[in-house]
Amino acid sequence: MNIHEHQAKALLKSFGAPVAEGVAIYSADEAADAARSLPGPLYVVKSQIHAGGRGKGKFKELGAEAKGGVRLAKSIDDVVAHAREMLGNTLVTKQTGPAGKQVNRLYIEDGADIARELYLSLLVDRTTGRVAFVVSTEGGMDIEAVAEETPDKIISLSIDPDAGVTASDVKTLSDALALTGEARNDATKLFPVLYKAFTETDMSLLEVNPLIVMDNGRLRVLDAKVSFDNNAAFRHADLAPLRDMSEEDEKEIEASKFDLAYVALDGNIGCMVNGAGLAMSTMDIIKLYGAEPANFLDVGGGATTEKVTAAFKIITADPAVEGILVNIFGGIMRCDVIAEGVIAAVKEVGLKVPLVVRLEGTRVKEGKEILDKSGLNVISADDLDDAAQKS
Amino acid sequence: MSILVNKDTKVLVQGLTGKTGTFHTEQALAYYGTQMVGGTHPKKGGQTWTSGLDGSASLPIFTTVAEGRDKTGANASVIYVPPAGAAAAILEAIEAEIELIVCITEGVPVLDMVKVKRALEKSNSRLLGPNCPGVLTPEECKIGIMPGSIFSKGSVGIVSRSGTLTYEAVFQTTNEGLGQTTAVGIGGDPVKGTEFIDMLEMFLADDATKSIIMIGEIGGSAEEDAAQFLIDEAKKGRKKPMAGFIAGLTAPKGRTMGHAGAVISGGKGGAEDKIAAMEAAGIKVSKSPARIGKTLTEVLKG
Repeated sequence: MNIHEHQAKALLKSFGAPVAEGVAIYSADEAADAARSLPGPLYVVKSQIHAGGRGKGKFKELGAEAKGGVRLAKSIDDVVAHAREMLGNTLVTKQTGPAGKQVNRLYIEDGADIARELYLSLLVDRTTGRVAFVVSTEGGMDIEAVAEETPDKIISLSIDPDAGVTASDVKTLSDALALTGEARNDATKLFPVLYKAFTETDMSLLEVNPLIVMDNGRLRVLDAKVSFDNNAAFRHADLAPLRDMSEEDEKEIEASKFDLAYVALDGNIGCMVNGAGLAMSTMDIIKLYGAEPANFLDVGGGATTEKVTAAFKIITADPAVEGILVNIFGGIMRCDVIAEGVIAAVKEVGLKVPLVVRLEGTRVKEGKEILDKSGLNVISADDLDDAAQKS
Repeated sequence: MSILVNKDTKVLVQGLTGKTGTFHTEQALAYYGTQMVGGTHPKKGGQTWTSGLDGSASLPIFTTVAEGRDKTGANASVIYVPPAGAAAAILEAIEAEIELIVCITEGVPVLDMVKVKRALEKSNSRLLGPNCPGVLTPEECKIGIMPGSIFSKGSVGIVSRSGTLTYEAVFQTTNEGLGQTTAVGIGGDPVKGTEFIDMLEMFLADDATKSIIMIGEIGGSAEEDAAQFLIDEAKKGRKKPMAGFIAGLTAPKGRTMGHAGAVISGGKGGAEDKIAAMEAAGIKVSKSPARIGKTLTEVLKG
């Protein structure tokens, strides 16, 4: 689950990280009051969408000359004017794709005088199997570009989970960021605080870009991006209200209710598969034979008839779908359960496009029999190549 | 020969009394008499599990893994407990010095696995998974959820990050008449007990394994690391014919594709890079998941 910048900052603040004062607003009418509650005289008006590159992003409705998704304001009137222009419009950034994302909330923040911009993130390093800090002196820009052009300017440090962030870790990171004086002192608190926030709330990513050294020499978290590990949601009921459904694809929300792994794509062949690897390669093979997958859908290992029915409904609800490929290799998943689910779904929502079904593995005989006896117009395929060509 | 498991492997089931544990334990018992020796449950110790198939099989339930190991001589365990308790179950098995721990559970929080990985480093236990289908040596031992019916005894070692693609490779090598020595699913999570390299090392060392299939997917750099390992081993004269497959050529960047570990992030972990690395290591990579077996046959024919 991703959350907005203002939510991420409030969370980090509750752990003791230095962030600026700020107020989230949902309508331009709230802008003046929000700005008045801040010290001023410099304000920043920031679009709150789940995508990066907001500063350089452009509003679809405003033309190329208009300012981007993050704006400086030098008065309360300025803040209000920006809020009126930004709210409700569609911001297109490098990460949103050409469709862009509607800006439904803004974060009005106290401005800061920036001396240096640094990069800091925490993530789970798969190679070491540990939480790692990734830092760079080249903050405030696209870190992928830094990684591409000057990889030696990115330093990664894995943390021993038994020891946590040690004094030696703090020194390594402070040296890597060339921190001195007050900033170096702030860092002794900030690095352990960020690690604590990361591990205690089960984050999968915490990115502070930039982390700034202000003119007064102190550190501040100027931007924050946080994603949580969905697998740990069961122990963080308090974080659930931070989810913003308007940032998610409707079909993906529906799928998540049934615990289905679904990713919406742009193609015309809907697919329902068990197992993530097989689901991905089903997409690949659809493409190999010249069509485009409309989605990724893994019904998982322990799917029930109800779950399969829900999956089928989500696929058929997509108007772009011109054909459906069901590809099941039963292990934990039983073919008869899939067959019953498909039949139940077709009976409920009808079937207007060709349906190709390929079953193999656990209880395959029973599954095929159920489909054959159903009287439905199902095209049966023997293997995956065969199935992809037929669909 | 085979790797990891054989007819002498004795398996405890953590989470035997649940529906999933029961179903797959029945399947394992029915598979060439895999030695399932008992189950564990913190509150049901002393009870007896009875097979739901025909009631003919029964297994003792122990309160702890350590007790189960002491009373049965188990050297392996398989875990079917729900995600919230899976890490604790693995840690208990490590504590009990179980040699091979297989965690089937999908959806274990990644930071739980960070703790487990640290505990593994300090132990002699090997963990497969989590979020994996298990391991199977044909006609000898089945641990996990792989469908036994598609296997045949033979000469191919199979290692895969994906459960269902493991079945594809098994099924196709059976159809090609090659058969398998052992098939291992290492799981689709970003932090896991066993990586490709460990399994490739075992397959290279196993005399019965004449060729190897390796199946990867997007995310991380385990395939690239494995390719480098194979290049280094080949220089020492250790080399076996290999075919492979990578899932996720069409996956969009930044989206997690079902498996928690299957995500292209920071411009890394894409399928093209992995395929290139594997081909540079001499692995023939099939373009279609339906042709993995045939691709290996072509390699073997030269």
